[in-house]
Amino acid sequence: MKLVSAIIKPFKLDEVRDALTGVGVSGLTVSEVKGFGRQKGQTEIYRGAEYLVSFLPKVKIEIVVDDTQVERAVEAIQKAAHTGKIGDGKIFVTAVEQAVRIRTGEQGSNAL
Amino acid sequence: MHKNASRAATALAALFIGVTSTSAWAADKPVIDTGDTAWLLVATALVLMMNIPGLSLFYAGMVRKKNVLATAVQAFAVAALVTVLWLVVGYSLAFTDGGAVNGIIGGLSRVFGTGLHGSVHPLAKTVPENVFLMYQATFAIITPAIIAGAFAERMKFSAMMWFMGLWVLLVYVPVAHWIWGGGFLGDAGVLDFAGGLVVHLNAGIAGLVCALVIGRREGYGHEYMAPHNLVLTLIGTSLLWVGWFGFNAGSALSSGELAGAAMLNTHVAAAVAALAWMAIEWAARGKPSVLGVLSGAVAGLGTITPAAGYVEPWAAMLIGLAAGGVCYWSSVVLKNRLGYDDSLDVFGVHGISGILGPLMVGVFATRAINDVDHGQPVGLVDGHAAQILIQLYGVVAVAAFSSVVTWALLRILDATIGLRVTREEETEGLDTVLHGERVQ
Repeated sequence: MKLVSAIIKPFKLDEVRDALTGVGVSGLTVSEVKGFGRQKGQTEIYRGAEYLVSFLPKVKIEIVVDDTQVERAVEAIQKAAHTGKIGDGKIFVTAVEQAVRIRTGEQGSNAL
Repeated sequence: MHKNASRAATALAALFIGVTSTSAWAADKPVIDTGDTAWLLVATALVLMMNIPGLSLFYAGMVRKKNVLATAVQAFAVAALVTVLWLVVGYSLAFTDGGAVNGIIGGLSRVFGTGLHGSVHPLAKTVPENVFLMYQATFAIITPAIIAGAFAERMKFSAMMWFMGLWVLLVYVPVAHWIWGGGFLGDAGVLDFAGGLVVHLNAGIAGLVCALVIGRREGYGHEYMAPHNLVLTLIGTSLLWVGWFGFNAGSALSSGELAGAAMLNTHVAAAVAALAWMAIEWAARGKPSVLGVLSGAVAGLGTITPAAGYVEPWAAMLIGLAAGGVCYWSSVVLKNRLGYDDSLDVFGVHGISGILGPLMVGVFATRAINDVDHGQPVGLVDGHAAQILIQLYGVVAVAAFSSVVTWALLRILDATIGLRVTREEETEGLDTVLHGERVQ
C-alpha cells in the first residue's frame, strides 16, 4: 500500500477527483492548506498598507491505494491538476504499513 | 331680525374670545408639529443604527480575527455608557443656558432629564424636548465611538471605558455647546449643520492624539495586519450611509424642504466621493479595492455633514469630489509617510473631512438653501468670503481644545490604570484576553 499526497491548485480539485474515480480510487481526504514553492506570493493593499502574502492557498489530497494502483493514480492526478504554469503543485508517494477499516476491523488492502 | 342680529353678535364675540384665548394658550404652550416630531423620532433611530451595528461592523471587519469581538463591542458599550451620562448631566451642560458662563458651558436645568414635560428646545420649537434630547444623545454616542478606530487592537477595555466617559463630558459636551448650544463659536457665526466640527473634527483629532500617545501596534509595518472580513465593513458602511440621512437630514430639526436638501446633498456627496476614491486608487494602484470605495463613501459623508443643509446639490458634488481625493491622500499617502498607526484611519477620514467640510461651508453656503442670516449673504458663493475665515476659526478652536484635553486625559489614564494591554496579550488577541470569548 502507498500513501499518495498531492498539493494542487484549489480550482483543480473536482477534475482530480473525477480522474481518480475514473481509475478506481474509491475515497480521498481533502485539506485546505497554505504554502509556498517556486510560485511567488501576491500583494494585498489596504488603504496603502501593502502586504506580500507569501503563503498561497492550496488543496492537499491524500489517498491510500494498493501497490498495483499507484502508477495509474499518480498519472491521473498529474494530468488532471496540470495547467503548465508554476504553482501547479507536487505529488508525494510514501509507503504505508497498515490500514484498518474501523467499522469492520478489516486490515491491509481489504480496508481500502 | 333684531333677534338674529343679536345672536350673530354673540357668536362673533364668542369667536373673538375663542381666538384670543387660543393665541394666549399658544404663547404659553409650544405648538408641536407631528410631522417634525415623527421625522426626528425616525432620525434618532437612524443615527443610533449608524453606531450599532453600523460603526461596530465597519470597524470589526477591518481588524484581525483575534480582535473582532473586542472591537465590535466598543461602539456598543459606549452607546450604553454615553446614554447614561447624557441623561444625567451631558445634555443639560451642552444644550441649556449657562447664564454668565453660557459662552463656554450650559447650565444644570435638565440634569437627570428634569423639566422636560411640556417643553421644547429653542433649536427645535415644534418638537417635544425629550425627542430633541434623544436625538442629540445619538450624536454624543457616535462621536467617541468613532475615536475607537484609532487605538484598535491594543487598548485595555477598562481604559477605553474611562476614556470614553470622560471624553464625552470634558470634550464633546463643551464643543457641542460652543457651536450648537449657544456658546462662543456659534455666536461668532461658525456654521456646522450636522457636526463636521462637533463630531468629525472633534473625534478625528482625538483619534490622531490617541494613535500618537498609545503608539503603534506590535508588529506594525512588517506583520500581516490585513482586515479579516471586509464583508462586515461593507455592511457597516452601508448602514452608515443610510443612517447618515438621519444624521444630516435630521439636523434640519424639522420635516420639509431643508431636510430634503440635506438628504439630497448627503447622498450625492457620498456617491461622488466613493467614485472619486475608486478612480484615484484604480489609476494609482491598478485595482479598485473594496475598502477604497467604502472609505470614499465615508469620507464624502463626513465632509458633507457640516454643509448638508447650507449648499446647492452641485456644490455637494464638488464637496464629494474633494472629499474622495483629499481623504485618499491623507489615509493612503500621508499616514504611511508619517508612520503613525491610526489603525482604522479615524484622522485620515474623519479628521480630514472635519477640516475640509467646515471650510467648504465657508465657500459654498448660500442663503438660497438656508437663509441663516436673514437675507444677508452666507458663504463665498453669496459674496461673503469672510465666512471662510470664520469657519477656519471654528476648525482651529475645536482642533486645539480636542487635542489638548484628549492628550491630558490619556496621560492621566496611562499613569493610573494604564492604557495598553501587555505585548503578550496583544499577540494573543484582545478577544480572549479582555473578554474571555472568541470568534471560531
